[in-house]
Amino acid sequence: MIAITVKNIVKTYGTKKETITALDDISFEVSRGELFGIIGPDGAGKTSLFRILTTLLLAQGGTATVDGFDVVKDYKQVRNRVGYMPGRFSLYQDLSVEENLEFFATIFNTSIQENYNLIKEIYVQIEPFKKRRAGKLSGGMKQKLALCCALIHKPSVLFLDEPTTGVDAVSRKEFWDMLQNLKKQGITILVSTPYMDEAALCDRVALLQSGKIMSIDAPQEIVKSFKGQLWAVRSANMYALLKDLKQYEGTISCNSFGEFHHLLLKDGTNEKELLTYLNQHQHTSIELKKTEPGIEDCFMQLMNKN
Amino acid sequence: MKQFIIFVKKEFYHIFRDRKSLLIIFLMPIVQIILFGFALTNEIKNSNIAVLDNSKDEATLKIIQRLDASRYFEVNTYLHAQADIENIFKSGKVRMVVVFPPNFYQSLLHSNKAQIQLLADASDPNTATTITQYATNIINDYQQELNGQTNIPYQIQPQLRMLYNPQLKGTYNFVPGVMTMILVLIAAMMTSVAIVREKEINTMEVILVSPLKPLLFIVSKAIPYIFLSLVNLITILIVSVTILDVPVKGNLFLLMAESLLFIITSVSLGLMISNFTKTQQEAQMFSLMSLLLPTLLLGGFMFPIESMPWPLQAISNIVPSKWFYLIVKDVMIKGLGFSQVWKESLVLVTMSLVLLFISFKKFKTRLA
Repeated sequence: MIAITVKNIVKTYGTKKETITALDDISFEVSRGELFGIIGPDGAGKTSLFRILTTLLLAQGGTATVDGFDVVKDYKQVRNRVGYMPGRFSLYQDLSVEENLEFFATIFNTSIQENYNLIKEIYVQIEPFKKRRAGKLSGGMKQKLALCCALIHKPSVLFLDEPTTGVDAVSRKEFWDMLQNLKKQGITILVSTPYMDEAALCDRVALLQSGKIMSIDAPQEIVKSFKGQLWAVRSANMYALLKDLKQYEGTISCNSFGEFHHLLLKDGTNEKELLTYLNQHQHTSIELKKTEPGIEDCFMQLMNKN
Repeated sequence: MKQFIIFVKKEFYHIFRDRKSLLIIFLMPIVQIILFGFALTNEIKNSNIAVLDNSKDEATLKIIQRLDASRYFEVNTYLHAQADIENIFKSGKVRMVVVFPPNFYQSLLHSNKAQIQLLADASDPNTATTITQYATNIINDYQQELNGQTNIPYQIQPQLRMLYNPQLKGTYNFVPGVMTMILVLIAAMMTSVAIVREKEINTMEVILVSPLKPLLFIVSKAIPYIFLSLVNLITILIVSVTILDVPVKGNLFLLMAESLLFIITSVSLGLMISNFTKTQQEAQMFSLMSLLLPTLLLGGFMFPIESMPWPLQAISNIVPSKWFYLIVKDVMIKGLGFSQVWKESLVLVTMSLVLLFISFKKFKTRLA
């Protein structure tokens, strides 16, 4: 059972003089009931892809279907079936929580009561503020309300474009818990995010970079495909350490990852030689250990390869 | 139907919760009427006039020739009976009628005195005063010339009569003007801004990805502003009747119906503007430039259209305000009935239909 198919989608913007390719020959499929993540930095083409799938933009090439309907030819059917939460907050700031929800329920030909069970778990969290205007809600609550509005008509496919951008860590976690619950109810979810750590929470992810898909797989498989041994390094002077590691002749790549730097060494490079090198450069309290790669490391590796 | 009701309800929430804009919308008509109380003077060129010559002699012929030769007047109709005067004023073809009594030259020669009657359409009081003044001067010139030739003190006495507005109230002129302006501004600008706001705050994305039909969207956007404009119309009429003493001479229902028609035309204009603007600011600027300026300059209530060069006269025909101003003047000030304004009404109906058709066809069901 396939919920979304994307075949050779190409999207370009701009005039004859200067064209920008936002999506370059993208193809993938999403199964029914799957939580599928599009992971990529800003400008990778995530929003363009979402807008094409929600029938808001026309692609220059390729075809796509949502719930079995072509996004160009049968766009009206698609619009009846999907729930969409755009990247920028899209609710009426001067309407209260309740009024927003009622409005979106009604224009989708349903009522709050009819599908209340679907949003109940999320809505109870914002219900104490139901008389408050949407513009006066906190970021996390706004996202919850927007999710309620996108869900109220019981869509078969849910599109969430960067739902957690600008939301605090606690609310982000809550939000992902809610997505897991929705998945259990059989709703197909396509979600995009620039946060690599959220990739692990998806069933499968597509890594998108400059309009191209670098890899599609389950997050754990992507991590497994990482080539080489990754080292975590830290010392008293992290800034100088990063500079020196990048200059080291045995280094393939080195990126800053919070309290450690993640370092990938060329084959045959000995860790003792590295320690000697660092000692020569006056680094103190050096800590060097093997570490498991995350999605972000894989993303960096794939990005450097291209 | 439920969709429609909730949408209209939502629009009213937007309107009533934005207190500042609401205040502006309801105070604007009152402020405008006071502002435009300072009437504007304009020069008049080539005003059309009619002549009723009951004497047809040497002197009347000369006076008519002089009037026609001056750059202020264009004698375009010769009347044959007193009864024609009212008709020609109602048709709006002339601004003034010159009436010569029988035996004009005879009485001038025998009693040294003769009278000319100048009847002016004073629903536009500034113009009426100015043109009668011009005409009096031309007649005085002729009189002096006669005196110079013979040394007999001939006297030609012009008698002025202002029709429709005997007290020459300036307000008679600008009430229809302000009404036109307020209605076009509120209806067109507010509608376009309200639609463009949905694009700007990104709610349009979600509304497009919903089963809501474009027609329903357009209609439910327009209804609240049609309602607001009607409230404004009533405010203007109340202020005009009670404070400014400008009565509604014609049928009030006809006036309301014609205003509703004009409001619909304006809302259609607003819909059209919203089609090709992306931000609220853009929509606002565009409405001001494309609606307010033409209404002020080519609507006919500040500057008489007859005095304009022909390209501007031609352009004024596509300004809806011009037609509505004519209707309001005829119905409200002159007290004429529908039979006198059906042509102007037909123009407005046609304009609305064309605009609505275009904006519906051009309505974007996608983002780009």
